[in-house]
Amino acid sequence: MSTPTAKDPVLSTSGPGRIEKVPTGILGLDEITFGGLPRGRTTLVCGGPGCGKTLLALEFLVRGATQYGEPGVFVAFEETAGELATNAASLGFDLAALEADGKLVVDFVRIERSEIEEAGEYDLEGLFIRLGFAIDSIGAKRVAIDTLEILFAGLPNPGILRAELRRLFRWLKEKGLTVIVTAERGDHGLTRHGLEEYISDCVIALDNRVSDQISTRLLRVLKYRGSAHDSDEVPFLIDDVGLSVLPVSSLGLDHQVATSRVSTGVPDLDAMLGGGGFFRGSTVLVSGGAGSGKSSLAASFAQRACRDGKRCLFFIFEESSNQVLRNMRSIGIDLAPLMEQDLLRFHASRPSAAGLEMHLARTHRLVSEFEPEIVILDPITNLVTVGTTNSVRSMLTRMIDFFKSRQITALMTSLAGAALPSLETSNAQISSLVDTWLLLRELEADGERNRGLYVLKSRGMAHSNQVREFRLTDQGIELIDVYLGTDGILVGAAREARMIRDEARAREREYEAQQRQRRMVQRRAAIRAQIDALNAELEADEEDLRRVIEQERLGESGSARDKARMLNARRVDLSLADGNRGRTVQP
Amino acid sequence: MTQDPEPIEKADDPAVTEIQRLELRLYVAGQTSRSLTAIDNLRKVCEENLKGRYTIEVIDLLLNPQLARGDQIVAIPTLVKKLPPPLRRIIGDLSNSERVLIGLDIRPDDSTGADHGS
Repeated sequence: MSTPTAKDPVLSTSGPGRIEKVPTGILGLDEITFGGLPRGRTTLVCGGPGCGKTLLALEFLVRGATQYGEPGVFVAFEETAGELATNAASLGFDLAALEADGKLVVDFVRIERSEIEEAGEYDLEGLFIRLGFAIDSIGAKRVAIDTLEILFAGLPNPGILRAELRRLFRWLKEKGLTVIVTAERGDHGLTRHGLEEYISDCVIALDNRVSDQISTRLLRVLKYRGSAHDSDEVPFLIDDVGLSVLPVSSLGLDHQVATSRVSTGVPDLDAMLGGGGFFRGSTVLVSGGAGSGKSSLAASFAQRACRDGKRCLFFIFEESSNQVLRNMRSIGIDLAPLMEQDLLRFHASRPSAAGLEMHLARTHRLVSEFEPEIVILDPITNLVTVGTTNSVRSMLTRMIDFFKSRQITALMTSLAGAALPSLETSNAQISSLVDTWLLLRELEADGERNRGLYVLKSRGMAHSNQVREFRLTDQGIELIDVYLGTDGILVGAAREARMIRDEARAREREYEAQQRQRRMVQRRAAIRAQIDALNAELEADEEDLRRVIEQERLGESGSARDKARMLNARRVDLSLADGNRGRTVQP
Repeated sequence: MTQDPEPIEKADDPAVTEIQRLELRLYVAGQTSRSLTAIDNLRKVCEENLKGRYTIEVIDLLLNPQLARGDQIVAIPTLVKKLPPPLRRIIGDLSNSERVLIGLDIRPDDSTGADHGS
């Protein structure tokens, strides 16, 4: 064997001292216990009445039998066969079928104090034998005992019972069984009869806390010897598929990020977001006043996603799904066929129907079940009515982290109403959590209300800084460039009027310009004519001048020729007269 | 019980009517000293108080563990009185005979007369 390096070999994460764990199969519980319950040990589950101890124990066995090939024995001290079967059926478990398959034995131990008389020393060998027989009959690996403390009420002589319980836990351990023992919460301790004294490997406390008339179930791993565990209180949910435990702590910020985009369903909006739409796995907040078109935008997004073959889970907190279908049809968004294809699922519930944690738990479960790529929460505002600001923020943080970890693109709508001082600050609590924030603004002027949309922020993409007019038409949503003029942005009828006025003015200006141009042409023609006349004048002058010069030149050369001719003539005369060659006569 | 119990010990007098007869079943686990003490104590109490009006059936759960469930046995030893009603369980080695008689709804001084089970 290797020499132990760690001080406590049990705490080391590797090597022979490491605790082997048994997955419970309960959603989330294996996460917070980092793998499940300690194998071959007994886990105490304690809590007040009606907080889900029995169901937790039962689900542990059922999951073991159905998912992990580990048959189990359920020892029921409290409930009758009928009660237990009904409870199990409410979680979707068919105990009778499991029993018939030899995967489960349910042994009902009934102890009626009034029937029992003590006359001397006794032990619990009968219970051991029953349990042993049940375990051996199916080769059980898991045992749940619910609620062992009934023994204290049913049998006299607690001294004997304590000794016997100690022996029972030792015996279960020797048999290598993974056991859940449930116990009622006591006034002074975890359990009424101090069972935690005997069970020290793992203790889980359940609670059912009511605040503002809404109950929240909470689970906490108080102790887990030899293992790290999440020691926070974690909400959990019991519904028709069993327990769902939800880690309170957010999942951290190390999720994958995608660069691929998901179309918003509104081409113009895609363009505003730098083309393509939202990033996959990002969180989008659409906020705006009442009737500003938040739901329509959400529906449009859902429709587009579903048409692209993506599954979409649509949580609605204000309307019924039929109402949404009808309303969206009026703007040309028909969601019904997408529901038929099971690409789109609605989940409608009142925010006040459950506590925040329950909503979170339900979201978790539905998402795990349907595995959508798109989740829409419409609207999250009303959740605020359920919890305090802090708890809402905490819940949304966890929800967003959960979506991100699954690469789900989430779109949440939020009502920013008169109660809130400013649209931009309305959701300051969650603004830092979202990646893209679209703001739908009421633009009210001239007795008219119009919608404007702009991208308040969008992480990681170049996005438009323009306000667009957001219009709901029969063919869905369209975005129009708003009129930007000297009077600020104009929308709706004002925009139309302004545009008409501007068109008229433009036409006027154009006419004026044309006239001016025409005048210019005329003027140019006139000037040109003048230039021509002057040119002609100039030319005439030049012609005169040329003629004078010519005459002048002609006159000069004529006289010279004449002189030469005269000279020639004279020379002829001289030679003729002298008859003497070579002699020159000087005039 | 449809199954044949292990050892059956009948009372001496079979002429006593069935209605008056106490049907007792003693569950033990192996031949431990406590088991043997319980059996001895039960015989003694019955002989002294119910002469001829009882049957005792001793069931060893080590041999028949499946029987524990039917009679809701948790503690050992357990004496179960099924008839006459009401059903009663007396747990322990039955060393306290007074408690045994209380458990069986029998008055200690009632050695001859009718059954007072209510």
